[in-house]
Amino acid sequence: MHNYGIGDYLQLILSGISTGSIYVLIALGIVMIYNVTGVINLAQGEYTMLGAMFAVTYYSWRVPLLLAFLASVLTVTLIGMLIERLTVNPVRSASAVTLIIITVGVSITIRGIALLVWGSTPYFLPEFTGGAPFSILGAVMSRQRLWIVGTAGLVLLLLYYLLDRTLLGKALRACAINRQAASLMGVGPAQMSLLAFALSAALGAVAGIVIAPLTLVTYDMGLMLGLKGFVAAVIGGLTSAPGAVVGGLLLGVLESLSAGLISSGLKDAIAFLVLLVVILALSKKVVGRLKGRRMTK
Amino acid sequence: MNMQQFWRRRPNASALMLLAIVVGSLPLWVKSSYLISTGIFVGISAILTLGLCLLMGYAGQISLGHAAFYGIGAYTSAILTVRSGLNPWLAILIGIIVTASAAYLIGLFIFRLSGHYLAVATLGLGIIVYLAFGEFRELTGGPTGLPGVPRLAVGGFVFDGDVEYFYLVWSVVIVFLVLSLNVVNSRVGRALRAIHGSEAAADSVGIDSSRHKLQMLVMSVVFASVAGSLYVHYMRFVSPQPFDFTASVRLVVMAAVGGLASVWGALFGAAAVILLTVVLREFLPLVVRDASGEHTVIVYGIILVVIMVLMPEGLTVGLLKSIRWPSFKLKT
Repeated sequence: MHNYGIGDYLQLILSGISTGSIYVLIALGIVMIYNVTGVINLAQGEYTMLGAMFAVTYYSWRVPLLLAFLASVLTVTLIGMLIERLTVNPVRSASAVTLIIITVGVSITIRGIALLVWGSTPYFLPEFTGGAPFSILGAVMSRQRLWIVGTAGLVLLLLYYLLDRTLLGKALRACAINRQAASLMGVGPAQMSLLAFALSAALGAVAGIVIAPLTLVTYDMGLMLGLKGFVAAVIGGLTSAPGAVVGGLLLGVLESLSAGLISSGLKDAIAFLVLLVVILALSKKVVGRLKGRRMTK
Repeated sequence: MNMQQFWRRRPNASALMLLAIVVGSLPLWVKSSYLISTGIFVGISAILTLGLCLLMGYAGQISLGHAAFYGIGAYTSAILTVRSGLNPWLAILIGIIVTASAAYLIGLFIFRLSGHYLAVATLGLGIIVYLAFGEFRELTGGPTGLPGVPRLAVGGFVFDGDVEYFYLVWSVVIVFLVLSLNVVNSRVGRALRAIHGSEAAADSVGIDSSRHKLQMLVMSVVFASVAGSLYVHYMRFVSPQPFDFTASVRLVVMAAVGGLASVWGALFGAAAVILLTVVLREFLPLVVRDASGEHTVIVYGIILVVIMVLMPEGLTVGLLKSIRWPSFKLKT
């Protein structure tokens, strides 16, 4: 192992933050669905893949990049809503385990359909803006990575505005706090569930499109991204949006550091080791919370 | 006592006898080695699904990483026989011990979790083990795998043909079936059903729920480990790919098709999913140009969603409940 200078560490941390921003977006979608519906959506990563795939497809039809971006987000949002109506809505009272198995089934179905439609060849999306990478204190950061962090930040602001400043957001939060009480106040849990799926599909799609220029777009890219987003959500406590932001960034930086300093092959294993440690550390608190919830039902 | 009375009084014994006759005579009239080889894979999957059903259906503990234990059994057998030249049977035994102790240790921690968290923890564990298979190259041969696993032999008799191996695998299936039927229809089985119903209530009548869950986990991974060993000694090669996340999901699909809490369902689920895969592999290329094995996952996904949405208890149990069987309902 050679000596690392400050620039190298900064490099690793910066690229960790930009990858972490992707995890943040995915984790937020998972947290939103879990809060509003109680479903752990293991299919979240597939929205990311779909977002990237549709953006590539629209772009290849000579649609301008910005328009392709928006159209792709819209398409994936509709798909998310369709999935909610087909799979989650009919089984509202099913057990946690059944619901998880359903989302796993949805995830592999989407992956399989993507394989049918787009095949297994990787696709490319150009960087949003060309040009030389920026350099800060000896660390270089490509323009696309800035786009990722910037877009994630913008999306966070929009989401904050929606949840905190609008009536719709208030209804959504009410539903997350107590579904029964919310429905007594005239908030339809079924509509809110649909809204939560729509929003988190949109979040996933944005994540997929902004990361697309840095990775190859393949039909199976969603699996790992979704699982990582999930790890981030769990680190943040699974019910907290700020927690998901911190969890995503932490995971991104940790991964980047371990890939740079230890071994890139073990990078993924480390993410899941973190998951296990966090889950076990949380388990007492979490089990208590789950049991408490069952009692009130 | 005539046949029908015997069937009614001892449904499991009769079904076992029927199974033994069907399986025993199968190679006599099926001559295609492709089909016999498919039968071997059905047997190996049946062992795995049986274990998973005990864990998920009876102990009520979800595992989204069961392929990890299958893989640990497979790799222990392969590494010990190829790298150390150990006797294959001894290697299988060591595989069982390694897998069972790993599961016991993991279980001590992981069963403090429930529901979502257990699902996610097992998923994470499965992926870590899968990545480890690819990463520790000196031991496992890395992503390209480890060839040269010897055949199984007893004395001078070598299980070198597909038919011999078919009989070996299905004998193990029948032994494990008997074992599972005994367990689920015993005190332990009743205790597990109580735990599944309500853990708090079971605890309050003196059932040590965490001990029972651990026992089930260990039993379930022993099945998985043996299946793994049988798999590598048949393929004579091991690589990480058969133990990935998709493999774990496929096992859950098999268990779900069979009906999670049904010993006979596990057998049916494994057979149905494998045969469906074989049929799809034949016919998908006719519908979709250059379709590969990967495409069959769509069908798994759809089956899984449809079954779980419409019949959360599993296909076999759901169907058995909707059809009235007056006299010969299988007791499982």
